[in-house]
Amino acid sequence: MKISTMKDLLGAKVLTCEENMGRHVYSACGCDLMSDVLAYVKDQAVLLTGLVNPQVIRTAEMMDMVCIVFVRSKMPTEEMIELAKESGIVILLSDKRLYEACGILYSNGLVGNKVKT
Amino acid sequence: MSEELIFHFDVDGEDFTSAGQASVQVKKNLRRLGISPEIIRRVSIAMYEGEINMVIHAGGGVADVKVLEDRIEIVLTDHGPGIKDIDMAMQEGYSTATDNIRTLGFGAGMGLPNMKRYSDTMKIDSTLGVGTTIVMTVNIQ
Repeated sequence: MKISTMKDLLGAKVLTCEENMGRHVYSACGCDLMSDVLAYVKDQAVLLTGLVNPQVIRTAEMMDMVCIVFVRSKMPTEEMIELAKESGIVILLSDKRLYEACGILYSNGLVGNKVKT
Repeated sequence: MSEELIFHFDVDGEDFTSAGQASVQVKKNLRRLGISPEIIRRVSIAMYEGEINMVIHAGGGVADVKVLEDRIEIVLTDHGPGIKDIDMAMQEGYSTATDNIRTLGFGAGMGLPNMKRYSDTMKIDSTLGVGTTIVMTVNIQ
């Protein structure tokens, strides 16, 4: 699924790296526990989370994730925004709750950890 | 590569916010060396979890990453309290981290298991009251 499609489905705002909106994600993870993200997520994924601290961006960077969706209208800090820009990670902001945001993406074809090759 | 290449980092134990900086740098360095993305990801995740552990539990430490011909070796050394029960610590979900750390997204008892998951070998040497040294390797070939 294209990041731009996720944006439309979630009614989200783009905060960083708009130039990467055409990139694809092949799996998704909705989680506030970064260690779980590090344990289970596969390549080229999107992270949906309500957690706001710089380790969210670093975790995404470690996993080569291309996009982070902050749910429940959570706003990342300036430091986080800078880290995301450095790594080319698209940040989307959505007012939906984590469960709902995940449900919308899932029901539109973006399933869990299945990796397309 | 005929000679080994070593990257050395001091991990600041005072600042959780900056934890992971060394892992980010390792990732960049390995990319420049042309190592495959899958290997880089495994090295950087294993090291990142180790770095977080050093900040959470041990007040920081040092990290050395050696790039050898057939493997990458990560050596994490701290002078923290040591690990009381390594077998327990290796179990997923077991953690001695505080609630404060959990609110930051860590301390879920996945650190050491993740380090083992992403490395090919892992050796823990820990003495109570003295500190912990962890050596992990990730095979390049």
